[in-house]
Amino acid sequence: MRAAEAIEVSAPPSVVWKVVSDPTRYLHFLAGFTRWEVVSEDPGGVGARYRMLMRVGSAEIGGLIEVVEWVPERELAWTSITGIDQRGRWRLRERPREDGTLGTWVQLRMTAGVAGSGILGWISEQVAAPTVRGHLRRSLQQLKRQVEHEELRERAAARRRARAGASG
Amino acid sequence: MEATAAEAARSNGRPPDEEARASLPTRLLRGVAGQVQKRIPAADLDERDPDYIRENLPAAWLLSSLWFRGEVRGLGNIPETGPVLLVGNHSGGNMTPDTTVFTLAFCAYFGVERPFYQLAHNLVLSMPQLAFLRKYGTVAASHENSQKALSAGAALLVYPGGDYEVHRPSWERNRVDFGRRQGFIRLALEHDVPIVPVVSIGGQETALFISRGERLAKLLGLDRMFRLNVLPVSLSLPWGLNVGDMLGHLPLPAKITVEALPPIYLREEFGAEPDLDEVYDHVTRLMQDTLDAMAAERRLPVIG
Repeated sequence: MRAAEAIEVSAPPSVVWKVVSDPTRYLHFLAGFTRWEVVSEDPGGVGARYRMLMRVGSAEIGGLIEVVEWVPERELAWTSITGIDQRGRWRLRERPREDGTLGTWVQLRMTAGVAGSGILGWISEQVAAPTVRGHLRRSLQQLKRQVEHEELRERAAARRRARAGASG
Repeated sequence: MEATAAEAARSNGRPPDEEARASLPTRLLRGVAGQVQKRIPAADLDERDPDYIRENLPAAWLLSSLWFRGEVRGLGNIPETGPVLLVGNHSGGNMTPDTTVFTLAFCAYFGVERPFYQLAHNLVLSMPQLAFLRKYGTVAASHENSQKALSAGAALLVYPGGDYEVHRPSWERNRVDFGRRQGFIRLALEHDVPIVPVVSIGGQETALFISRGERLAKLLGLDRMFRLNVLPVSLSLPWGLNVGDMLGHLPLPAKITVEALPPIYLREEFGAEPDLDEVYDHVTRLMQDTLDAMAAERRLPVIG
């Protein structure tokens, strides 16, 4: 099963990257995910390991995953070590906006399945796919809301600092 | 030694002259009992096959999600590592959908790599069509198997109510009934492992269970020959009137909900030498309270 969803975020890739590269923030915006905890010494970078679970139907599926690609502000990919076979990827691309500011196109992909599970495995993937797509879509919407909210607050704070500097 | 054991199994320990005097049906039944007992696999935890479980997770997921609309809560209450005794109430006749739903959820949550065994009635494990259960870690309910599993650091799922509880009438569906069996408490104390109560609801709505048939079982001597204290009578698909449930049945798609409760550390809560009756009453009361709350959530039988 392969699911991919994308969204445009009104913030530069550096701001989005801050969120997607911080595993401790995942449960604040990932929908349908019940666990995302760091189990390696290093919380980020290639080789970082997390234990993740996502509720699909009657079970929470997932397992131990390891980051295999880490390109700041562009790509973050992982693959499974235990549990079901899965690969996931964050793709971030810069998108200039009409007002001259920078936006980000964010895609979240997941492929999941169980090798050797035969026709029932294929059927279960088709049955589970809409749920997984829904989780990814809602996760991206929550990520957008969180990032844009933080971006607005930072801009407001910067304006206040600038005003305070000018008057001082 | 093996020949002696086989001979004893065939005659169920009766003197040869009594065996000769027995009627033909009785001798036939005893013969079947002997065959069944011989088929019960020896305690071999190595038969559990994580790859087999993993490859069959999708099929179990389909059954659990689409047919039983399974919902499992509180898996986070189960200690992440180490041996643990999972104590469940049992429902659904010989098809036991609660075990299917819980086993899938456990294996998906903790990973198939975590050793996990389930105790089952001897008769279940002697059925050729159910041989695959051994790959899931199902072993015959015996003290020896329990010891081996817990000593190996595994999670062990036991149903103290066993065949007595699983065939209770449908109108007692929301009742935890272990029949005062306390072996699970002795086992937990012996290995000093926590007990995690696992409460399920919905299984007894997968057919109309009418009677355990305890008198019938006794009359036919099934208790002595097969360790079967019941000969259940139910109305189920596709048989209609189903006596014995030996061939299983097609369970109705009742919603199965399972909840794992926080672990109970017996010596921490009840002292160095806990009173078995006190622990039994505590565990069953906790489970009954949870089952009552889960029953209150259900609006309609089967639909949930």
